[in-house]
Amino acid sequence: MTRQQLLDLYFLDARHKLIEVAAFLDRVERAGGAEDFRLRGFRAALTQLNGRKRNRAKAILLAFSDPTTHPVTKAEGKGASGAWSRKK
Amino acid sequence: MKYIEPHAHMVSRTTDDYERMALAGCAAVCEPAFWAGFDRSSPAGFYDYFSQLTEHEPKRAAMFGLKHFCWLGINSKEAEDVKLAEEVIDLVPAFLERGNVLGIGEIGLNKNSRNELRVLERQVELAAIHRQLILVHTPHLEDKLKGTRLILDVLKNDSRIVPERVIIDHVEEHTVELVLDCGMWAGMTLYPETKATPARAVDILELYGNERLWLNSACDWGVSDPLAVPRTALEMKKRGHTAMAVEQVIFANPKKFLSQSPHFKIA
Repeated sequence: MTRQQLLDLYFLDARHKLIEVAAFLDRVERAGGAEDFRLRGFRAALTQLNGRKRNRAKAILLAFSDPTTHPVTKAEGKGASGAWSRKK
Repeated sequence: MKYIEPHAHMVSRTTDDYERMALAGCAAVCEPAFWAGFDRSSPAGFYDYFSQLTEHEPKRAAMFGLKHFCWLGINSKEAEDVKLAEEVIDLVPAFLERGNVLGIGEIGLNKNSRNELRVLERQVELAAIHRQLILVHTPHLEDKLKGTRLILDVLKNDSRIVPERVIIDHVEEHTVELVLDCGMWAGMTLYPETKATPARAVDILELYGNERLWLNSACDWGVSDPLAVPRTALEMKKRGHTAMAVEQVIFANPKKFLSQSPHFKIA
């Protein structure tokens, strides 16, 4: 597809999602209390959107990923939070 | 359009979902054994579950003309208890000759722990001994990259494992290349929030090609869509993919992989 065709297909959806991200950050920053590793990870991932880099989706997924390579001693719980915490 | 749903947890879905899938063109549904949303208290719970997958669900699917197949094993969320896991693994061989069993799955990692890894190795061993296909679950979100690497290491280090007989599921943009480069198959799971969306799945197809890739809904008891595969086929059409390319991804590819099991037969 051409760039124009892709814009026709996806622009409004992407615009909506970008505004949702902005509103989420505004909402979280208006609220009191401490932030945690998820918000720090989110801000770090956002920098991957800057400029004209390629493979942004991959870069953002990598930014949220656990970069370590050894198995953990024990599984603490079953769920995932979406961002890696250095403290784990 | 005819398609195969290669990964769906139909025990968690209503009979209405079987009907909707049949209406959308589903020809066969494949159900890997998974976590029920709670931990079973004994191996007997798994015995009953394996019986459900091999006896009851095929009948429910047949009501709508759907073929039902399954994969057996212990999922990684219940693998931290190694003693339980080993007792469950010991149950599996007795079920392997049942007519709808495709192989060992979904096995893999969840939090990338030592015990999960040990249980994964035991199940890879089981698949090797019984010459079974393998379906692998990769971890969620921040754990996926590390887990995928650990899983690939286990599989690559076992010379009995033939890469083309392994599907690594739930790949995303940061893991798909790792899997395809090993010669294994890669599954893209279509979830509204936590895995791939239809648009991203089509991006991956455009970047990596249509070979050794399939799409699945992995619909279960959580937020998921049993019609995610036909919805993504529609996305492919919107993006200008030919009918032949769509058919390859949603029908021919899963058929090619799954037909490596003598139990997989569809019209």
